Amino acid sequence: MNLNLDLMVLETDILIIGGGTAGCFAALTAAENSSFQVLIAEKANIKRSGCLAAGVNALNAYIVKGETPDTYLDYVRNDNGGVIREDLVYSIAKRLNEVTSKVEALGLVIQKDEKGDYVARGKRNIKINGENIKPILASAVEQKKNIKVLNRVNIIDYVVKDNRVIGAYGFSLDNNVFYTIQAKAVLCTTGGAAGLYRPNNPGFSRHKMWYPPFNTGAGYAMGIRAGAEMTTFEMRFIALRCKDTIAPTGTIAQGVKAQQINGRGEAYERKYGLPTTPNRMYSTVQENKEGKGPCYLETKGISKETEEDLYKAYLNMAPAQSLRWIESGQGPSVANVEIEGTEPYIVGGHTASGYWVDTNRVTTIEGLFAAGDVAGGSPQKFVTGCFAEGEIAALSALDYIKGKEAVVVEHAHMIAKLTEVQQFLENDAALYSVEEIEEAMQKVMDVYAGGISSDYVVNSSKLAIAKQRINGLLEMSKSLKARDLHELKLIYEVLDRLYVCKTLIVHLQARKETRWHCFQENADYPERDDQNYYKYLNSRYRNGDIEVILRDIVKKDEKYEHQN
Amino acid sequence: MSIKISKQLCIGCGKCLNVCPGDLIHRDESGESYIKYPQDCWGCTSCLKECETGAIKYYLGADIGGLGGYLVTKRDGDLLHWTICKADGEEVVVTINQKEANQY
Repeated sequence: MNLNLDLMVLETDILIIGGGTAGCFAALTAAENSSFQVLIAEKANIKRSGCLAAGVNALNAYIVKGETPDTYLDYVRNDNGGVIREDLVYSIAKRLNEVTSKVEALGLVIQKDEKGDYVARGKRNIKINGENIKPILASAVEQKKNIKVLNRVNIIDYVVKDNRVIGAYGFSLDNNVFYTIQAKAVLCTTGGAAGLYRPNNPGFSRHKMWYPPFNTGAGYAMGIRAGAEMTTFEMRFIALRCKDTIAPTGTIAQGVKAQQINGRGEAYERKYGLPTTPNRMYSTVQENKEGKGPCYLETKGISKETEEDLYKAYLNMAPAQSLRWIESGQGPSVANVEIEGTEPYIVGGHTASGYWVDTNRVTTIEGLFAAGDVAGGSPQKFVTGCFAEGEIAALSALDYIKGKEAVVVEHAHMIAKLTEVQQFLENDAALYSVEEIEEAMQKVMDVYAGGISSDYVVNSSKLAIAKQRINGLLEMSKSLKARDLHELKLIYEVLDRLYVCKTLIVHLQARKETRWHCFQENADYPERDDQNYYKYLNSRYRNGDIEVILRDIVKKDEKYEHQN
Repeated sequence: MSIKISKQLCIGCGKCLNVCPGDLIHRDESGESYIKYPQDCWGCTSCLKECETGAIKYYLGADIGGLGGYLVTKRDGDLLHWTICKADGEEVVVTINQKEANQY
């Protein structure tokens, strides 16, 4: 028998979609600075949702002694081939230390020296115990009377009227309820997208990826479908990670100063130009291509004490790696740590992909704000940058709703959307399962849109095939069948990923140069072309097609406002 | 990599299924938790930390080098004990004080 969803209508002042790093911090900011009602709609449970479910072992965006917001901006500009929104990066850099103090006051443990100063790990990093960072944020949120949390509700689309976002639609994972949430402002903090490409471990451990497999690009996809302008999707993020466990490598590289060596024991990084994030990845791909793999982080010979500290550091963020070391008896003091590149992710907290926002984090659709991994233009936000951006977006949403009335969502509109959702529950058993569609999508992206098996390189002929196949899969997805609410969630997740892929392919086609090794490497245009492409590449979805817009670089002291 | 939930130790409190970020843990007919979608586990260990009876074991899939050992956690105030049980029965305990920052 098919499930039947019942309609429920909720109202709030500010709806925050996604209770992760940026979302929780934004909610706290809104609650502390107003008496407006805030509602967080979260597909999982804010206690352990988003990127920080397992914890995080350092704060990687902090202005340590001797550094300034300007030097932070310089670092981000240099690491990203100049195509960053300086106004956005700078506004984040100026808030990094203040948001860090705030999270410390909430209970995050940060290491201090005898003078009471934070202990730096490199130029921009400080040491913490971040295993419980999500429970800390969640408990702060729960203490605020004007924040309501709706856990286990999957938001699927915005309600848009006259190019203004007036709410969102979603469904519960526990009860047969379809929600219409009406709001004066909506803040999207859903995170980025993993699972677009065939992952490193495509079998049983397919979800042992670095970026959360449950971040499926919902925020991007909802924005795309609503016609919001998106930026820099072509700058994918590919992480250099520990082999198999896909655990972070920065802790080893920076913490114990381990260098990258190839299978012959030769240090290779310096052969490939500046040590930028893309180049660290590129150098490893090249060494493997030349048959010099496997590549490692050279840890052999570190002390047993250091090894024990690394076990703890990894248990606090990526426990699989410590289990692997201890279980095998091959800890980092006795064996170098093998490394590999991940599948490409779309993630605006590391690279610059996401919503095209103005300086106040307003998207191109009225009433819709974006922060964190879903917001574009501003790479290397990391955790504290997402806090800072959540704060900026929340303050800007508060300004916007002052004196504003909510727009009532028309009943007919709700029913039309409910019918669309209900259709997946009523469809006859389909030939293909969600899993098969997802597998097909990941294969197409891997082979034709620059995944692991193609050494991350794209070209025009392959991208044309990718485009056609992804459109075909989108069409096929309409007949998918859900037998329960979990399967319904999976259908919307694969649909969202397909919309992200569709947009990503157009971006990869349109940047006819190579600006970032691996992240965006086009074999037809192997050189950087500043004359034509020292610009942001943006896109907008209109009537089934994606149009491309090139925009000029915004400098740090400019206040960017949307023009057209 | 995934988890296994012991039927003997599970008391059916439901905390693990409520916290799982992937909605992967469900109840069986007897009300006890089980991992319904083992291949979709991210390995975040959120469920282990919720479980008060130590019923949940975390292990690496053979495809990513798992050797038959597993990990369990036990909370004791600010201390979180991580016990790694190797396939040959040897146990290694790493205890982390939540009030202390990482060294790296």
